[in-house]
Amino acid sequence: MIPHMKPSSGAHVGANNSVSHIMWQVMLALSPATAFGLLCFGWPAFNLFIITVVSAVVFEAFCVRLKGRVAKPVIMDGSAVLTGWLLAITLPPWAPWWIGVVGSGLAIILGKQVYGGLGQNLFNPAMLARVALLISFPIEMTTWANVSPLFFPHSPGLIESWHITFSGIDNIDASTGATTLGFIKTEFSQNRLLTDILKDYSGFLSFIGATRGSLGETSTLLLGLGGVWLIRQNIIQWQIPVSLLATVALLAGIFHGMDSEHYISPLLHLNSGAMMCVAFFIATDYVTSPNTPTGQLVFGAGCGLLIFVIRTWGAYPEGAGFAVLLMNSATPLIDHYIRPRIYGRDRKGKPLEIPKS
Amino acid sequence: MLNFFKKPGFRGGVHAEEHKTVTAALPIVSDFPLPKKLYIPLQQHVGKPAEPVIKVGEKVLKGQLLAYSQGLISAPVHAPSSGVILDVNDYPAPHPSALPIRTIVLETDGKDEWIATQTVDDPFLLDPEEISFRVGAAGIVGLGGATFPTAVKLNMGRENHVDTLIINGSECEPYLCCDDRLMQEHAEKIIDGVRLMLHGMRTEQAVVAIEDNKPLAFAAMQAAAEAHASIKVIQIPTRYPMGWDRQLIRYVTGKEVPVGCRSSEIGVTIHNVGTAYAVHKAIRYGQPLLSRIVTVAGGAVKRPMNVEVPFGTLISELFSFCEVNADETARIVMGGPMMGDSLPHTGLPTVKATSGILALAQSELKSSDEQPCIRCASCVSVCPAGLRPLDMANNIRINQLDAAVDLGLKDCISCGCCSYICPSNIPLVQFFKYASGEVVARQQAQHKSEQTKRLMDARNARMERIAQQQREDELARIAAKAERERLKAEQQGALV
Amino acid sequence: MYVLSAIVSLTLLGLFLGLLLGIAGKYLKVESSPIVDELEALLPGSQCGQCGFPGCRPAAEALAEGNAPATMCPPGGSALAEQIAALLGLDLDLSDVKEPELLVARVSEATCTGCTRCFKVCPTDAIVGAPKQIHAVVADACIACKKCVEVCPTECLQMHPVEVTLRNWRWAKPLNVPVQALGTGSNAVC
Repeated sequence: MIPHMKPSSGAHVGANNSVSHIMWQVMLALSPATAFGLLCFGWPAFNLFIITVVSAVVFEAFCVRLKGRVAKPVIMDGSAVLTGWLLAITLPPWAPWWIGVVGSGLAIILGKQVYGGLGQNLFNPAMLARVALLISFPIEMTTWANVSPLFFPHSPGLIESWHITFSGIDNIDASTGATTLGFIKTEFSQNRLLTDILKDYSGFLSFIGATRGSLGETSTLLLGLGGVWLIRQNIIQWQIPVSLLATVALLAGIFHGMDSEHYISPLLHLNSGAMMCVAFFIATDYVTSPNTPTGQLVFGAGCGLLIFVIRTWGAYPEGAGFAVLLMNSATPLIDHYIRPRIYGRDRKGKPLEIPKS
Repeated sequence: MLNFFKKPGFRGGVHAEEHKTVTAALPIVSDFPLPKKLYIPLQQHVGKPAEPVIKVGEKVLKGQLLAYSQGLISAPVHAPSSGVILDVNDYPAPHPSALPIRTIVLETDGKDEWIATQTVDDPFLLDPEEISFRVGAAGIVGLGGATFPTAVKLNMGRENHVDTLIINGSECEPYLCCDDRLMQEHAEKIIDGVRLMLHGMRTEQAVVAIEDNKPLAFAAMQAAAEAHASIKVIQIPTRYPMGWDRQLIRYVTGKEVPVGCRSSEIGVTIHNVGTAYAVHKAIRYGQPLLSRIVTVAGGAVKRPMNVEVPFGTLISELFSFCEVNADETARIVMGGPMMGDSLPHTGLPTVKATSGILALAQSELKSSDEQPCIRCASCVSVCPAGLRPLDMANNIRINQLDAAVDLGLKDCISCGCCSYICPSNIPLVQFFKYASGEVVARQQAQHKSEQTKRLMDARNARMERIAQQQREDELARIAAKAERERLKAEQQGALV
Repeated sequence: MYVLSAIVSLTLLGLFLGLLLGIAGKYLKVESSPIVDELEALLPGSQCGQCGFPGCRPAAEALAEGNAPATMCPPGGSALAEQIAALLGLDLDLSDVKEPELLVARVSEATCTGCTRCFKVCPTDAIVGAPKQIHAVVADACIACKKCVEVCPTECLQMHPVEVTLRNWRWAKPLNVPVQALGTGSNAVC
């Protein structure tokens, strides 16, 4: 005789997925771009990456312990690692160690745990931390290291990299510079024209990612491929990335078409790792984006619009973080108003009328 | 993924691992040994329970009426075999709670002796009303699992002048393949049943919809339907829950059944292939519904099969016939793994609704290790009804049932897609079933408290009336006494 | 100097606003609140006294004054608590409200003497019978106030939990504690 069992309802079988599986898939999709970034920016970037991810895990464990729970299963869901990872790849590659630690603390504690942990936060933790860091430590957060690939003569060695991470960059001017977007922004303020500014710009280098920028956000190609793979794996849906990129391209196209000397071309807008990272990895965060396909289209378009506006007329050369945070705050509103139509009911929830035949 | 390319008319749904290949390749087993005792519940259908017409100790023949249908929506119950009635009492029901239900216990005599039946040579000469009457008298209910009395549905179809009859051969639940086998082996008879149903509803055309994972069944049915222009056999994509009647209606006809309406109101009626087969047997040969084909499958079943069993057979007997390993069985499920409910033990009878009995091993079950919701919205994208399960469950978790009702709790069909897909293993469907039950309970409590108030008011009014009456009586008594004394005084005065 | 002017101006502002509030409180005062009546209408009205107040009216008054929690009425259960909380605009924590165990009075036929005391006290006329006849309880009308139990001389009236049948069986609420919160690894509940 089979022993008595508690009543349980369907589904008794399940799809082969889990929270940690999703998190690891996203990390897998991020890893080529991250590896490429680490290669480009050498050991200091490697230090920063490790420090940020480890401190994110430590902060998460600390918060969970504070709540009187066992930390291990929570850590094992991979969400803290992913948050740390996403934050790390948006930081300047040679930023000092405390940027990573403070950033992780902001992301995990203020961005996630104060709301009640995984699934409860209103804002994307990584973006929250990045924006907070950018406002609080503008110098450290805009010091972009030159590309100096590992094992090449210019690349700092292991000892030197410890020095850079823990006591700062000695010869700032020689080893750092501006990102493409930052450069364009400053030059615009000097009243120079685009054709003049972009004399030395190489679209190809930007595409593969051999350019100044955030730790793992330089490669349009690798991040874009990772994102497409995530869509193929059915981890993320196409709506947010497509509508975000399309909105930016459309707006940039219109303005560039009207005045090609003062507005960046859509290609240059899209050919940036940061744009790909936001479109595929940041804006698509489940917790902080709308639930319905239509809502996601609206959300993506909103992000795209804000990114374009901030990049074009704002004080910051890159506006993705602000754009995503602003749209995050609109997510509950979008979810409230954009609902799927229930079978047999109209959009307002009233039963359909019986068709007269 | 790409919603653009999905055929319009199908929303949500999942593609679950099918687990059908082994059982679907085997012929239906018809030599199931007749059990010694059959436990036949009096309610195996939607509606009112049937009322017994036999006495304990009475000898009955196979096909004899045991309990007649009571009320408009009900169905009679017949003896699945010949034997003696042992008892009419409460026995555990095939229900997740296994609470008692009124049951007739029949001790079989092994002769399987039929009662005289009435065969009809040309049933198409019968009145449509007569067809539904005979279908009702045969105790036929929807065999897809809903168990709605078929005769009532035929009548509604006739009264609403339905133009299309859809025969549901989708069998979208994983593991189950009893309909698949039935279509492969008895296509002619099913098609005959469909024609009889068309006749019974005075409807012109029928569409048999079969999921494209059953090519053999499709071929057999198409061959059988070739001679009849009124019956079209089509293939539909394999996607759960294709067999949800309203989903299938929308897919086949493009019409959507409004909430709160029956499909016949928009000119469509839907029946299961098993029901059509039962109608064929009932009308042609006068045989009532006595048995059905049950899929026994699952990881703990050594000999998975489709087997024809008489109603009232205990699951334990079925399991020993199919060599179910009790130690490996982690959960017994009646019906499919998506919508079926677990059963607490095997001492329960098979009934008209039993399309399958699964003995699932632990490795097949969805993990019960619940994690926090990450709002991935998979549940929203798979919900065929267009609900937002995550928001509903979050509201139910904090007992905000009204909010859940506003979100569409009552439109939930418990198909299980959300629970199936949830990466956090949240038992969403159970939340909805709990909440639906609780909403009903609260309505009843509300109703009772109103009734209590009425009763109390009535009592208070009565008490008041009695008190008033007593006061009046008292006054009258005092007045009468005063009157008497006055008279007495007068008399005395007169005397003096 | 600046500090002084800031202090002075803020003080004046505070005084002025306080005065406004005072005036508003005096002139815009709402006469005796009808909330008590509304609350009383919500309560079952059986005067059963299970809340600790002498009847539904005093209970409603206590609720209106904030001297009783919204979850005070055991027969009403969480459904009533929600209605009360909505009416009073309270935040309601139902997580530790015990759903009332449903009880119903039943007459033990062996010991009933037909004394009629019970059906005289029954507030809903749920007990039927005649003198010297065995009484019976109409379960649907019984509100489990236990008044009959108190007056029964032979203790033949007892409260019994309402029997669970297929008609009133309900799915249980899933354990709403994620495994993570239990502090134990993944021990499947089965």
